[in-house]
Amino acid sequence: MITLLSGNEAFARGAYEANVKVVSSYPGTPSTEITENLRNYPLIYAEWAVNEKVALEVAAGASLAGKRAMTCMKHVGLNVAADPLMTLSYTGVNGGLVIIVCDDPGMHSSQNEQDSRHYAMFSKLPMLEPSDSMEAKEFLIQAFEISEKFECPVLIRSTTRLSHSKSKVELKEQKITKEGNIEINPDKWVMVPANAKKKHIIVEERLKQLQIFFETAEINKTELNSKNLGFICSGIIYQYVKEVFPDASIFKLAAVYPLPIKRINEFLTKVKDVYIIEELDPFLERELRAEGLTVRTPKRPICGEMSPDIIKNIFLKNKKTTKNIYNDLPARPPNLCAGCAHRGIFYAISKLKLFVTGDIGCYTLGYLSPLNAIHSCICMGASISMAHGIDKATDGNYSKKAVAVIGDSTFLHTGINGLINAVYNKGCSTVIILDNRTTAMTGHQDNPATGITLKGESTYKLNFIELAKALGLKNITTVDPTDVEKCITILKEETNKDELSLIITTKACLYADKSVISNPHSIEWDKCTGCKLCLKLGCPAISFNIEENKASIDITLCTGCTLCVKVCKFSAISEYTTNDD
Amino acid sequence: MMTNVLMVGVGGQGIILASDILSEVALLSNYDVKKNEIHGMSQRGGAVVSHIRIGNKVYAPIISEGAADFIISFEKMEFLRYMEYINNRTMLLLNTQVIYPLSVTSGKAAYPNSLIEDGIKRFTKAYQFDALELALSIGNPRVISSIILGALSVFLPFSYSIWENTIINRVPKNTSSLNIKGFNKGREITKNP
Ligand SMILES: Cc1ncc(C[n+]2csc(CCOP(=O)(O)OP(=O)(O)O)c2C)c(N)n1
Repeated sequence: MITLLSGNEAFARGAYEANVKVVSSYPGTPSTEITENLRNYPLIYAEWAVNEKVALEVAAGASLAGKRAMTCMKHVGLNVAADPLMTLSYTGVNGGLVIIVCDDPGMHSSQNEQDSRHYAMFSKLPMLEPSDSMEAKEFLIQAFEISEKFECPVLIRSTTRLSHSKSKVELKEQKITKEGNIEINPDKWVMVPANAKKKHIIVEERLKQLQIFFETAEINKTELNSKNLGFICSGIIYQYVKEVFPDASIFKLAAVYPLPIKRINEFLTKVKDVYIIEELDPFLERELRAEGLTVRTPKRPICGEMSPDIIKNIFLKNKKTTKNIYNDLPARPPNLCAGCAHRGIFYAISKLKLFVTGDIGCYTLGYLSPLNAIHSCICMGASISMAHGIDKATDGNYSKKAVAVIGDSTFLHTGINGLINAVYNKGCSTVIILDNRTTAMTGHQDNPATGITLKGESTYKLNFIELAKALGLKNITTVDPTDVEKCITILKEETNKDELSLIITTKACLYADKSVISNPHSIEWDKCTGCKLCLKLGCPAISFNIEENKASIDITLCTGCTLCVKVCKFSAISEYTTNDD
Repeated sequence: MMTNVLMVGVGGQGIILASDILSEVALLSNYDVKKNEIHGMSQRGGAVVSHIRIGNKVYAPIISEGAADFIISFEKMEFLRYMEYINNRTMLLLNTQVIYPLSVTSGKAAYPNSLIEDGIKRFTKAYQFDALELALSIGNPRVISSIILGALSVFLPFSYSIWENTIINRVPKNTSSLNIKGFNKGREITKNP
């Protein structure tokens, strides 16, 4: 059967066809839908792990137990999982083990633009890169075969364009694979120096064998057409090159590491001008040059996404600069939703002019004007540890004017370590867990504090208060984040203490709990003085009419959070009734 | 044959469902199809764009500059962001529903009414309609996507029955007849303008 699947849906289907037993992942755009789609495959055990390191280790355990296992993550997730990755390369695997890592060229939803192909070279592991959904599925199946043949983890790299594009996929039957058993072999799995020294030699030998394998492997493809113009490329870039130069010869790399140098050399003898085209870092270029190959590399941007238009332009004598004639349109930046649980406490923080070490999640949008209530955001978990650093650097003084904010999922990802550290080292910062009962930014996944698993089963619901007590925190408060007055009082009290404080917010995200949505509100224009105080909330449902000098609420967007009612000094806002108009 | 359709609008307007339906109709009509949209952070009330490419063999999942055959704007100003995709044959289907961006609601910028008028003139063929009003006249604002697909369907070589079946399969069960009504209403807009 032929159907349309996104790259991510195709990866999930591939896991099914490859007879994968265990998948453990942490969400992250653009990788999230791979694991989410596994809900539709009852035979696969799939879970949300608390972070990528844990996820890879769970997959490693399943592999040790003799079963096929997989983990999926965004590019920065692989930084978190890099520790087990580097040494799993030494131990090797028992059941096939595949890591799908999704890069985000163009940074559509990410904090950096790293090129994860370097991890293949760094960990000395093979990396495959599909160019459409059909290949996403097929390469995943082949990756498991390679993993078992060479007894090593295999990396698959995707990018946002591949993960989020739909194309044709032929669905096939599930493969029958050999059921392996747990491997009791301490010399292989215990990486003490004595064993690791022997393993390093094996890793180097394996890499040579992998290179020989890819010299003949059918997945690397030579398309001979023009004798004059040729390209070396991989992944989505292959589709762009085909689009622009349908008659060119192409060496299409399925494996971006290690490279089939002999075959590429052969290709170079058959085609006169051969160019490497790649996205982000000059990875292939450096590898091929290091091998002494003479290839052409056109001048292209290192930053940002490639496109057929950019490739076309590289080869044009008279470069085209088509720009939209309307370049000054009012933008539509992402914003906290109308009724977002985070807005009220951010308003309170911004009124108190606190310095905020931030973290990653929907609440990072508190950075935007008019709230302007985030002053740093580096990586998941950094808010708490950075606040502690500020605390120590200023002898506790700045902690009176500062807070750390972190979401529930991010806290459980890597924030908890920072909190333990702050307790242990007698910090006196103030930490706010913005518990909106979901991992909202990546599309509302469950996590240990929601009490529901990926497959929708109920499970133990982690209690932040009990947890904080056990960690040794003395000052623990909860607050309704839409109660601005209360938030201000508590923030003042807790930041003033010469001890570590934890504040936990208690309102759910609109998408996690629909019951928080209530009737829309509207503004009575006879009472509105045009003071614009409600606009300071940055709510997308509130707009200002310049001619009339009045604010109004879009009732189709308003979710009745009543934050504006609390802020308005003239009691001009009340529940919308049809007779109002 | 190669048909490039760019659907543009604002997060939450049903663009992803509409582009899924169009892609599926093309697949069932034995064409190659690729489609792309970026989801993630931009979803939160941001501008959304979906590229749908239909042909005998499609490579890139994104449309090149100057290569759009249709721009389907789900919101009145959104097509202005994508003018680099149009050529002198590109057709505009414009839902005149207005959704204000934050910079407009906060009084920092004005909604670009005169640019919209200017922009429409740059298309050789443009159809304007208020899909929200039409949807309300049918009784459900949710059928906007089907109305817009109906208006587009008149220009594409796919059979009515494939459209009908795909829509019925893709929309919530209890809204299928309303959506077909909407689809037919949309067809009237472009058939008998
Ligand atoms: C290492 C790493 N993994 C994953 C992500 C993707 N990501 C960004 S925010 C986020 C979670 C946000 O959830 P939460 O902390 O609960 O905040 P909310 O969005 O619900 O406000 C994730 C998984 C990332 N940026 N970095």
